[in-house]
Amino acid sequence: MLARESPLKRTPLHGLHVARGGKMVPFAGYEMPVQFPAGVLKEHLHTRSAAGLFDVSHMGQLALRPKSGRVEDAVLALERLVPQDIVAVAPGRQRYAQFTNEDGGILDDLMVANFGDHLFLVVNAACKAEDEAHLRAHLSDDCIIDSLGDRALIALQGPKAETALARLGADVTATKFMDSGPRKVAGFDCFVSRSGYTGEDGFEISVPAAQAEALVTMLLQNPDVLPIGLGARDSLRLEAGLCLYGHDIDTTTTPVEGALEWSVQKSRRSGGARAGGFPGAEKILTQFEKGAARRRVGLLALGRAPVREGALLFADAASSEAVGRVTSGGFGPSLNAPVAMGYLPTSLCAIGTQVFAEVRGQRLPLQVAAMPFVPNTYKR
Amino acid sequence: MTTLFTSDHEWIRIEGDVATIGVTDYAQSQLGDVVFVELPKVGRTLKKAEAAAVVESVKAASDVYAPISGEVVEVNEALAAEPALVNSDACGKAWFFKLKIADKSELGGLMDEAAYKAHTA
Repeated sequence: MLARESPLKRTPLHGLHVARGGKMVPFAGYEMPVQFPAGVLKEHLHTRSAAGLFDVSHMGQLALRPKSGRVEDAVLALERLVPQDIVAVAPGRQRYAQFTNEDGGILDDLMVANFGDHLFLVVNAACKAEDEAHLRAHLSDDCIIDSLGDRALIALQGPKAETALARLGADVTATKFMDSGPRKVAGFDCFVSRSGYTGEDGFEISVPAAQAEALVTMLLQNPDVLPIGLGARDSLRLEAGLCLYGHDIDTTTTPVEGALEWSVQKSRRSGGARAGGFPGAEKILTQFEKGAARRRVGLLALGRAPVREGALLFADAASSEAVGRVTSGGFGPSLNAPVAMGYLPTSLCAIGTQVFAEVRGQRLPLQVAAMPFVPNTYKR
Repeated sequence: MTTLFTSDHEWIRIEGDVATIGVTDYAQSQLGDVVFVELPKVGRTLKKAEAAAVVESVKAASDVYAPISGEVVEVNEALAAEPALVNSDACGKAWFFKLKIADKSELGGLMDEAAYKAHTA
C-alpha cells in the first residue's frame, strides 16, 4: 500500500462486524465486511428466506432544507439536477432518481424522500463528496445542504424483516414500498424507508451513529436476522436486476441507455408539465423519442460458467468485432445459475436473442433475458 | 505417497510417476462457496506454472496452476458436476486433475506440509 494513501474510514458498526467474524475489505474508502462466517451463498439465501442485515453507513445521507421554509422550493430546485418528477413525491414517500450531466450521462443514482419540511437524500459512497459539491454549486441559493455524517445507515431485507423491525416497537406494518419518514425504532430517532437493494421487501434505517451499535445488536438477537456482507449484497442486487453505479451506469450512459426509462416520469419528458430543465435534457429527451443505439439488458448464460464484469460480447461465435460488454456478472445463488447484465446494440436487445461472451478465450452462449431475474417481493 | 504444496495453494500427491493435483483447504476457505470448476482436457501437456484449471466462487474466478510440467492423464468429472466438493473435501474428493510427471526434478521446488503450514500461518 502506498504511504500517501489515506487510511480507510470505519463505520459506527466496525467493531460489531469484527466481533461477528466479518472479513473486512476496502470498499469506497471504507473498511467493510465482504462476508461473515456463513459465507456469501448462505448469506444470500438467508436474506431471501428470512432476514439479512446490511451495514450501508458508507453511503451518503443528506438533507436538503429550503431557505424559504417551503419544501416545494427544495423540490423544484432539485428538479433542476434530476430528470425525475420530485413534485409528485408526497410527504412520507421516496423515489429513485439520478443526477445527470450535460451529456445526459449519470453522475450518480440516489433516493429522494419527502420528509414534509425538507428532502432526505441517500447517495452512493464513492460519489458522496462530488454529489455534495454538485448540490452546493447548483442549489445553494434555494437550499441549505446538510451532510448527515453523524448517522449510520442499515438495511434490513427479506420476508422476515417487517416482523423483526416491528418487534423493536417500530410502527411499520402499515407502510408500503417506498414509504419513508422519521420513525422511532427501539426508542431511537430513526428515518425508516420501506426499500432496499435486494429485490426483497425490507427497510433502510438511518440511525444516529451513537445508537447504531445498540440497534443492530438488538436486531441480531433475533435468530431470523443474520449479518450480510458486500458479497451477498452484490449477488442479491444482481438477481434483482438493480444497477450498481460505476459499473452498470456511469457518466457515459444515459438513463435511456441504462434501461431506466421507468424512472423518468411523463411530466419531465417532452410534452410534460415540466419537460426538460435538467442537465443533458436535450440528449435524453431525444433518446426517449428516437431510441438509443445501445441498451442495458439482462443476460442468462446457457452454461454453468459465470460471465463477469468486463467480458466482451459478440453477436455470434466467430465474429471478431465485439458489440458490447458485460457490466456486472456472477453467480446467482437463488437462481443457481450464472447471471449478468451488460450493454448491447438495440438490434440485439430483444428477449431471447442469443449472444456470446468471451471468457478465457472461449465464446460462451448467453441469452438476453428479462429482469429482474428473481421476482421482487416489494409490499405494494 | 508424498504430498507437496505450492505457494499458490495447490497440493500435489505423488504416486509413482503420476501426480494428483487439487487446491488446499486454506485455498477453499479463502475462495468461499465454489460454484464452477473448469478442468483441463485429457492429453493436454502443461508446463510448470501454466494456468491449468479455473475455480470460481460467487465472488471471483481464480486460476489453478500446474505445479509441475506433465501431460494430463485424468480429470475429475465429478468435480465439474459438483463444484461444492472443493469446499467440503478440498484434499480428498475434490482433486482436479492427474499429470504424468515430465521431470521429477521439478518436485524439489515444492513445499512439504510443515513448510506450507508456515507459509499460510
